[in-house]
Amino acid sequence: MEKRCTDSQVKGVSTGTTILAATFDGGVVIGSDSRASIGGEYVSSKTINKVIQVHDRIFSCIAGSLADAQAVTKAAKFHLSFHSVQMETPPLVIAAASVLKELCYKNKDELQAGFITAGWDRKNGPQVYVVSLGGMLISQPVTIGGSGSTYIYGYVDAKYKPNMSKEECLQFATNALALAMGRDNVSGGVAHLVVVTESGVEHVVVPGDKLPKFHDE
Amino acid sequence: MAAAASMMPYFAQQISSKNDLVPDWMGQEVSTGTTIMAVEYDGGVVIGADSRTTTGAYIANRVTDKLTPIHDRIFCCRSGSAADTQAIADVVTYQLGFHSIELDEPPLVETAANLFKASCYRYREELSAGILVAGWDRRKGGQVYCVPIGGMMVRQPVSIGGSGSSYIYGFMDSNYKPDLTKDQCLDLTAAALSLAMERDGSSGGVIRLASISESGVERKVILGNQLPKYSTH
Repeated sequence: MEKRCTDSQVKGVSTGTTILAATFDGGVVIGSDSRASIGGEYVSSKTINKVIQVHDRIFSCIAGSLADAQAVTKAAKFHLSFHSVQMETPPLVIAAASVLKELCYKNKDELQAGFITAGWDRKNGPQVYVVSLGGMLISQPVTIGGSGSTYIYGYVDAKYKPNMSKEECLQFATNALALAMGRDNVSGGVAHLVVVTESGVEHVVVPGDKLPKFHDE
Repeated sequence: MAAAASMMPYFAQQISSKNDLVPDWMGQEVSTGTTIMAVEYDGGVVIGADSRTTTGAYIANRVTDKLTPIHDRIFCCRSGSAADTQAIADVVTYQLGFHSIELDEPPLVETAANLFKASCYRYREELSAGILVAGWDRRKGGQVYCVPIGGMMVRQPVSIGGSGSSYIYGFMDSNYKPDLTKDQCLDLTAAALSLAMERDGSSGGVIRLASISESGVERKVILGNQLPKYSTH
């Protein structure tokens, strides 16, 4: 086991965290853990929900400084609903991601927050976008983020397949979160999962004692 | 991916180093930033490592052998500073060889692990070495001992180490089960190392595998174009 530097560069409450989003056949699954901590020494909340609804079929997961992430999502929700009213149509997922990206890029010196935006729209179906710390925006079929994500890169690379069924994708996401929460001390609590499809939005919460267990537990 | 790279403000995404006048390797120590792994099975152990040694961004050796024999049935997997791990391995090889002659029988894996621990702990302030000790002896069969930076020692049925190991904890936790066969261990090790090598910039090259049992040591190399492929998305 390597010694890992766990000094958090984020002042104040941070979502040392695990977040992920994955597309499946007909929708997306977005998930996160529920722990908020101050520097890895104190868990300030065991039950925060890091999956924020920014529009009817578009969700964002936050990582980094909790204060920055909340401020940015609040501004993004406003911009997005205004845009949606002007266009008289539900916004595209890429529009939501672009709004977050603009805010992150223009204020990169002050902010320390990254986002995964995922959802469904009529034009392009299910999509997942990543807005990283400096304001880069890219689209991927599956993506993971937060401090806990380092431990599950191998698992996600091996296990994710495009066009899974909803149940398979939900199981994959639950397993990935459970594995990350098992190794990362600043991720934990319950697993929040949201499934977004054309027909609607489904919230799934898996409490800590119902998470999958692995060989050494 | 990029969001996960670190929590540090915008240093993490630069395409090239800050100072292009001085090559990166001139200021950096040689390190086996690496991925190493060892698994016990009934009757022996399987060990594996990548083959990349770096000085900063330059790959000083792309075909390194990080699986170092300490005795006939005892190997160590080295990660961290190349110089430190080679020096410690040389010292332990001497000490163990001497001890084995005195005893007039093959040494125990636990003895080798304790010798590593003794050196790594005593000189912990000067050293940067993470070592997996694995082998077979008549008393306890196949054993894996982990001696990370700092100098603790613990026996584990499966252990991973090196910079690339962070990326495969999830894969290991979900795919390892007790009582695997030797071939299942070899497949698991090859798969895990491939995944780590694809994500960790300091790991790469070929996969070197070895299986150690009562009958001896079998070594194998999996070349770059034969690695299991995972990056389809």
